[in-house]
Amino acid sequence: MTMSALIIDFTLWGSVLVLGFIAFQRGRVVVISAAREGAMDFIHIVPRIALGVIGSGYIAAVIPPEVITGWLGPDSGWLGVLTAVIAGAATPGGPVVGFSIGAVALKVGGGPPQVIAYVIAWALFAFQRLILWEIPFMPARFVWFRAAVSLPFPFLAAALAMAIGKP
Amino acid sequence: MAPLFRLRTLAAGTKQDQDFSPARFIALSEPLLKDPAPADELAEAERAPRRKRKPVGWSMIFIGVLVAISATLVYRRDGIGGVLDILTHDLALFGGILPRVLAGCLLGAFIAEILPHEKVSRSLGPTSGLKGLLIGTAFGAILPGGPFTAYPVAAALLTVGADFGATIAMVVSWTLIGYGRAVAWELPILGTDFTMWRAIISLPIPVLAGALGRFVYVRMYPKGGPS
Repeated sequence: MTMSALIIDFTLWGSVLVLGFIAFQRGRVVVISAAREGAMDFIHIVPRIALGVIGSGYIAAVIPPEVITGWLGPDSGWLGVLTAVIAGAATPGGPVVGFSIGAVALKVGGGPPQVIAYVIAWALFAFQRLILWEIPFMPARFVWFRAAVSLPFPFLAAALAMAIGKP
Repeated sequence: MAPLFRLRTLAAGTKQDQDFSPARFIALSEPLLKDPAPADELAEAERAPRRKRKPVGWSMIFIGVLVAISATLVYRRDGIGGVLDILTHDLALFGGILPRVLAGCLLGAFIAEILPHEKVSRSLGPTSGLKGLLIGTAFGAILPGGPFTAYPVAAALLTVGADFGATIAMVVSWTLIGYGRAVAWELPILGTDFTMWRAIISLPIPVLAGALGRFVYVRMYPKGGPS
């Protein structure tokens, strides 16, 4: 985990340096104004991220994972896919929570297409992530538009999984 | 002669007359896309802001209320110890994320600065077709980092001329076929077999979502949409 965190930080700051250098070649003023713009974005976003990251622990604590695993249930056809999509949208917390719930659901007999639908719905439009991460950074209109447009795809993925019989 | 004339109008319009120097005439051979770079001592307020920063909106208030209610429920269930446990854990998480959020914001700002508006709107704009969606998908798949990079970069793409469709393809690709989250979290928790098939099944989704986004967008905003 620390290794992958190190790699993430390395590629991230490496990209910042490379792009900063490209901007620098366009002139000192360009790089300074861009850096100032980025720093202002950062200052503006920090309180929102703080509320989200520090607050999400409490939200996750009052919606115990068992509740959502229960929704996923054992193999249950298209109704199961629908509940899985709703459960994915409602799952609070970070990737550990989302993927762990998927893993538990597989262990207790949830069908793979349902779990696929769950994981993809969670990745595409987990409600908490929309509000805590996407809205602060991007225009709200774009965020809601993207989420709405994404709605059919967990179902499509479940259909594909059923069709090919994998995983 | 014509470009010279254009420059004069532009310079007058943006109150940048003091920037009027022979060097500018050379730069004119390129299309004029943004304001001339401001001199260092020019106040930030002098420039038109590139991206509007949002005031605290209803979503923040909503989440604040949700957090307050949840924290109260945790307090009634586990006492002050439970509340502090979660607080210290999440504060540590927050401290770890903070530098990456800064890196993401800088990345977005640099991208908005160095990507030429014209080129971006040609290759990622509303008329970029399937190619634009594929570029967005590829870009999302290789983008390093987490939400702290993907979202600022997506916002930057929108400001420099990418349309909703290509940006949707990029965000969806990052979330579904980007390697970051899959390698760090999904693989260890859900196993190789599941993760691999999940990713394969996801492959067409970014392009399809982007195409659906475009399809809906031009019908919702037939006149090009509010900017």
